[in-house]
Amino acid sequence: MAIVFERPKSLTQAEFHYCPGCTHGIIHRLVAEAIDTLGIEGRTVGVAPVGCAVFAYNYFNCDMIEAAHGRAPAVATGLKRANPESIVFTYQGDGDLASIGTAETVHSATRGENITIIFVNNAIYGMTGGQMAPTSLPGQVTQTSPYGRDTKTAGWPVRISELLATLEGPEYIERVAVNNVKNVNNAKRAIEKAFRNQVEGKGFSLVEVISSCPTNWGMTPKQALQWVDEKMIPYYPLGVYRDKSKGV
Amino acid sequence: MTKNILIAGFGGQGILFAGKFLAYKGLLEGRQVSWLPSYGPEMRGGTANCNIIVSDEPVGSPIVFEPDILIVMNRPSLDKYESEVVPGGLIMVDSAMVDREVERKDVSAVYIPATTLAAELGTPGLANMVLVGKLLKECPELAGGDIEAVLSKVISARHQDLSASNLNAIKKGMGY
Amino acid sequence: MAEKYLMKGNEALAEAAIRAGCRIYFGYPITPQTELAAYMAKRMPKIGGVFVQAESEIAAINMVYGAAAAGKRVMTSSSSPGISLKQEGISYLAGSDLPALIVNVQRGGPGLGGIQPSQSDYFQATKGGGHGDYHRIVLTPASVQEMADLTGLAFDLADKYRVPSMILADGTIGQMMEPVEIREEEPHVFEKPWALTGTQMKRPHNVVNSLYLDPEELEQTNIDRFARYAQIEASEARWEEYMMEDAEYCLVAFGIASRVAKNAVVSLRAKGIKAGLIRPITVWPFPKEALAKAADRVKGFLSVELSMGQMIEDVKLATGCRKPVALCSRAGGLIPGPDQIIAAAEELAGGR
Repeated sequence: MAIVFERPKSLTQAEFHYCPGCTHGIIHRLVAEAIDTLGIEGRTVGVAPVGCAVFAYNYFNCDMIEAAHGRAPAVATGLKRANPESIVFTYQGDGDLASIGTAETVHSATRGENITIIFVNNAIYGMTGGQMAPTSLPGQVTQTSPYGRDTKTAGWPVRISELLATLEGPEYIERVAVNNVKNVNNAKRAIEKAFRNQVEGKGFSLVEVISSCPTNWGMTPKQALQWVDEKMIPYYPLGVYRDKSKGV
Repeated sequence: MTKNILIAGFGGQGILFAGKFLAYKGLLEGRQVSWLPSYGPEMRGGTANCNIIVSDEPVGSPIVFEPDILIVMNRPSLDKYESEVVPGGLIMVDSAMVDREVERKDVSAVYIPATTLAAELGTPGLANMVLVGKLLKECPELAGGDIEAVLSKVISARHQDLSASNLNAIKKGMGY
Repeated sequence: MAEKYLMKGNEALAEAAIRAGCRIYFGYPITPQTELAAYMAKRMPKIGGVFVQAESEIAAINMVYGAAAAGKRVMTSSSSPGISLKQEGISYLAGSDLPALIVNVQRGGPGLGGIQPSQSDYFQATKGGGHGDYHRIVLTPASVQEMADLTGLAFDLADKYRVPSMILADGTIGQMMEPVEIREEEPHVFEKPWALTGTQMKRPHNVVNSLYLDPEELEQTNIDRFARYAQIEASEARWEEYMMEDAEYCLVAFGIASRVAKNAVVSLRAKGIKAGLIRPITVWPFPKEALAKAADRVKGFLSVELSMGQMIEDVKLATGCRKPVALCSRAGGLIPGPDQIIAAAEELAGGR
């Protein structure tokens, strides 16, 4: 009997600790599939963040390092500069990448570091129990915005892909989602491209993945996926924000 | 022999370079030396000073607390450091820049209008080296040696064309 | 003997690091260590090395963390306020058992402080600095020659024990020029099977990490690390003794303070006071044994520091307070002069 579906080689046998309905699992799988497809597992080094994906080092089969909160792009810079033949990726959430680590994100991008960043934007701090994130939507209720995010006092959500696309440094920036089959397939293509760019020496590639957090959003998994469509994507439009070699 | 030297003036007067010359000269003559600059946010125009020690013994503290030789290129430096010179020490004054005389009677004072002399040579920026030349004349322990060899060490390779004008300035001071 | 050059302490350290096989440097500008970064910026591209001016000290130390994890000799340098920012990364290096060199060319503090030389980061350097139970090896050069010599040693010790090491210098030692001979030596090579160089599909994946949610497991990593620290304390303390054979009063000073203290020892002896000097070269591990032995013989200690008095606590601990320990210090960027040290020593000896 032909095997039509199996675990990517670049994932370990460890079981994910993610909540039911969380889309981190899908994104992990897409990253692992990209590594498998490109045949780079033996030279890939991943950087885990602080946040829900903190244990990513247990899940990816390649060499892994755990970074301090927000510092993953700096750690990746160190790894890549030390061993340019390595394929280095970071896997970061919105608090990590767009709040405490904004400087590291912007400057690794503007330097055009030849690294791959997978940015998981679910508009909330998940691991610490649902606080307001830099990407939480206006009016979004969280533990630290109990009356809804008030833009007068808490500011506006940060659109990282648009912001980074103003820089000359990045090679490739695309925002994708994983809330339906079509979007998952598109995210798979984008993530693979972000890794391929690095293999080809093209430079900084970031894929922003709009993700869902049913637990901290207080929704069922299905409602959460709908909320992505109805609320998240209108504020965070999907698409290619930079593709230098295609003149975008 | 140990000479604790303090050179002081405005930033931009070549204080640190003059000190570097004296330190390298000591080094090439097989002596122990140290060179310690003041450093600060003012790249030009602020106060600058430089501590140089040239000795036949290993140098202890590189900080010159009590100079044997004080070279001042502006009035505030004379006001600040005159009292710190050891009795019997030497104070050299750029008299084109300092409008008063040394008050102490227990030190030797030497006046030379170094800035004017340097301007006469067409190199107004080399008053520092005129003073260095004068020092080599006034202080027998520091005299002699191969001045051109020292200049070739302290002037970077791409500025070697400045060696001749530096040598001229030193000679001007020695001849004054 | 190789030719001696006049070099600034900061430059001598940079060149020595390159000779020791360091090809990766990450930094951020701050006075008075700027020459070190400038030297690296000039040299690294010519020798196939890496120089990155990071966006912050925090980014720089995390780049160090990445490159150290990749198994390479790597360093960063800064001065006091910047070193405070690096503490997070240093704690991660220690917690992940990664070797790296951090250089602190100290200036006066706290806060933005000043830019003149200081030794007031002693506590930060020797007692941890960042969060958690950890140490790093701390070497304190007292001359431009030692800026060079201790740098290679710092890399070797870091690699040997898998700990971050630090050169704790100050603005004076960094800025001054002295004749220096930088020895041509083959860098020592250490096996690093833990490095993140990619599995090459030949081994299980390596993980560099300091996160252990199971407290027993976390405790055990601390216990194991402290066993290594005990080895370091037993074998790596370094110090210099100056005129200690018959000394009745022992000055204790490191770095630039020890240079002034040496002059003071000579002057004190000329005045009939038998003074000597113990100069710690490592301040972690602190040369406890040397101090303890001296406490058997001398009548008192004088800790000479460029701070409000930090090392004095280690002097008291090492000597078990068996003899009086006095302090002679200046802070804020000032340096105690020989007269001040002599007066303090005379006061200490006053009761004789």
